[in-house]
Amino acid sequence: METNVYKPYLMRIAEITEETPDVRTFRLEFTKEDEAASFSYKAGQFGEYSVFGEGESTFCIASSPTRKGYIECTFRKAGRVTKALAAREKGDTIGFRGPYGNTFPLSDWKGKSLLFVTGGIALPPLRCVIWNALDLRDNFKDITIVYGARSVQDLVYKKELAEWDARPDVKLITTVDPGGETTDWKGPVGFVPTVLEKASPSSADSVALLCGPPIMIKLTLPVLSNLGFSPENIYTTLENRMKCGIGKCGRCNVGKYFVCKDGPVFTFAQVNELPPEY
Amino acid sequence: MLAKMRQKAKDLLSSGVVSTVIGYGEGSGNRVRALFIRKPDDADKLILDERCVQNLAVYLTKREVRALGRPAVVARVPVMRTIQQLMFEKQVAEGEVAVIGISPDSQVLDFPDLKSMAEYVSAIPFELSADEKAAVEKLEKMTAGERWNFWLDVLSGCSKCYACRQSCPLCYCERCTVECNQPQWVSVPSHGLGNLEWHIMRAMHLAGRCVNCGDCFRACPLEIPLNLLTQKIITDIADKFGGADEYALNAFKPDDKEDFIR
Amino acid sequence: MGKKTINVDSLGELFHKIKSGGKRILAPVEKDGVILFGEVASYPEVATGYIQTVFSAKEAVLPRFEEILRFSSEGRDVVIEEESNKPVPTVVFGVRPCDAKSLSVIKAVFERDYPDIFVQSKIDSTTVIGLSCVNSDEYCFCTSVGGAPGDTAGSDLLLTRINDANYLAEIITEKGESIVSSAPELFSEAGNVDKDRHLAQVNRQFDLDELEKRLPALFESPLWAGQSLRCIGCGACSFVCPSCTCFDIQDETDGARGIRLRCWDSCGFAQFTLHTSGHNPRGVQSKRWRQRIMHKFSYQPGELGTAGCVGCGRCSRACPVDMNILQHIKDILEAR
Repeated sequence: METNVYKPYLMRIAEITEETPDVRTFRLEFTKEDEAASFSYKAGQFGEYSVFGEGESTFCIASSPTRKGYIECTFRKAGRVTKALAAREKGDTIGFRGPYGNTFPLSDWKGKSLLFVTGGIALPPLRCVIWNALDLRDNFKDITIVYGARSVQDLVYKKELAEWDARPDVKLITTVDPGGETTDWKGPVGFVPTVLEKASPSSADSVALLCGPPIMIKLTLPVLSNLGFSPENIYTTLENRMKCGIGKCGRCNVGKYFVCKDGPVFTFAQVNELPPEY
Repeated sequence: MLAKMRQKAKDLLSSGVVSTVIGYGEGSGNRVRALFIRKPDDADKLILDERCVQNLAVYLTKREVRALGRPAVVARVPVMRTIQQLMFEKQVAEGEVAVIGISPDSQVLDFPDLKSMAEYVSAIPFELSADEKAAVEKLEKMTAGERWNFWLDVLSGCSKCYACRQSCPLCYCERCTVECNQPQWVSVPSHGLGNLEWHIMRAMHLAGRCVNCGDCFRACPLEIPLNLLTQKIITDIADKFGGADEYALNAFKPDDKEDFIR
Repeated sequence: MGKKTINVDSLGELFHKIKSGGKRILAPVEKDGVILFGEVASYPEVATGYIQTVFSAKEAVLPRFEEILRFSSEGRDVVIEEESNKPVPTVVFGVRPCDAKSLSVIKAVFERDYPDIFVQSKIDSTTVIGLSCVNSDEYCFCTSVGGAPGDTAGSDLLLTRINDANYLAEIITEKGESIVSSAPELFSEAGNVDKDRHLAQVNRQFDLDELEKRLPALFESPLWAGQSLRCIGCGACSFVCPSCTCFDIQDETDGARGIRLRCWDSCGFAQFTLHTSGHNPRGVQSKRWRQRIMHKFSYQPGELGTAGCVGCGRCSRACPVDMNILQHIKDILEAR
């Protein structure tokens, strides 16, 4: 007998990090050992997280597959399910279905430089790749991260940003929008595209990973293009509304693709071929 | 009558007073459908007969129709009442819409503005037909248990396609109560309870507002007599509140005997 | 697998045999003036003389809502219980060939990648007794989308009325064979029957392949807005459609116990693709209407190898504002 594809794993909230007043990161551990042992995923994949009685919500797995025994997710309190999730405490049980979707082709990037360009709450999907790459650091050349948020308060993963900043093998530029700086802010102030242009990382033997709000994407693409990145070498993850995550409910359908099963990772060469319905 | 309506539509379009005339035209089979006439020459496609009953005011709040510019609407009495109600509710303002009025005896009416349309339609008594009254009375004569079973039965087939809501010009909310999910006031699935909650909620939200155009009933693929619910409410409001200046839900009296309202 | 005939008067006995074999029977019945599939106890309850039921036979395998998870909470723990959604052995009688064909679309969607046991098990435990069309109306266009009034695809047993007294019974599958062998005395060998002579005449009105070929280039065409200005954005077309499968997932609780339900949904609804952020990739009705046509006639043929439309005409009949799909498709094919 086949299994019920809508049946989630039961996960225990092992740790809660308050990233910003409305963004939280959960570390989730399997409640059943055999499920923990057989579970595997790759960078870029996502899942359906559920609060029983409220429903399911879709986010990426924000932790790296190189870190075993748990997964992490980062979410903003916004709708019915994320508000209910945010009300959970350490030790509570929630549901997780996944992993779903395709992955960032990290193994194809061996020997290349990686440029991460991201803003606000769009860092989580790339954080998975960043840690994955850092845990296999020898496989890659330069690793550059340009991350921006509206304000210092809105920066997520503050501890990890400090950790990456301190590493000699990572170049991290963290910026905040004008007006979002605090008195003790030492980093640049400005929007991601401008800061990226100034940093001007090399596109030679390099791939870019771009995730952020639509306006940031729109303004960053020409900058990347000027730097010499071709659309085939710029990757992103699309975030259409989903319910099932497995290509059936119809919500995330864009052209001939379902973002859930054919994505969420696309190159901009592929995105440019899609109808503008994302 | 037809010639006059078409001429009126042509005049409104060619003078630039409106950019679209929303009227009725031939549809598929023996059906009629809403037409959006943009060019004076196309006004000859407009028709008017007993099949032309859709409440075209539903399009006045639709974003893509609004984007076409100022519309004129072919409006029988229920449509005029709807426009009046939309004015009460600040959804349509004087100057935003022109009305090609159609009287109960199918004469084309000239209204210089919405105010004169409102005066005209206010003078026509708003009451249920004899058949409608009989249906409401039949409902009232049932015992509570019979009535409960009656509604459970007729609503049991509802699939929540929301044709009733979407066809209703007064259901213009961008986010309907059934879509408000914090908390989820009304069950989404179309089970017995969910259907009952949905239709009771919808009828209550139309209390004092429904113009009895009948489109909810006509739109329903199952022909569920949903308008019986609103007709009952129309009867109750007339009995209990009489005539209001604007509409019952908008009436407020400082000396209201109910204390929850103060 | 074989052709038999069965006398009209024997259908009552056939129903009796099916019921006593432990299967429920769904068949078109009249309720308050409309024809719908409903459970019947005996043959005389079955409606006659209609073109189409309002809702299709898809409800037998994809109900308007169904349980996909059952759970209960105890303090911080959650227990996932055995869901109560189990297939009931069913015979659906009087399925039009278009509806029978739609089962292959449903099957394709729910079998690929992540097989859905709820739909699959219902399909497996359902026997389809098709009923060829002797009448059609101006909304029917099965022959334009690869079907036919007497098409056997999707039926297990297909009945065609060949005279006042008899149906031709074509046995298509083993499930159909088992219906016949449950009451062999009711069936006779069919001689040479010219079945086509007894079928409705449904003329082919457009070229499906041509439509699939043309659609991608028409994505930005103004025709979508023109056609859908009168569309009011309800889900009647999707809900009556035998091959629409899009759904929503909703939790319902009663104290500490709850269920997760799959419910029909529609790409026609404004909320369908609305993001929590307020961004909506298909924010206006013309984009939603385009999605309906594109999905059925451009995306699904590529993905599933079959169009997501069987030409039953239900959406056109049910539409409160006369969005006539056949007419719109013909207009699309004329667009330049």
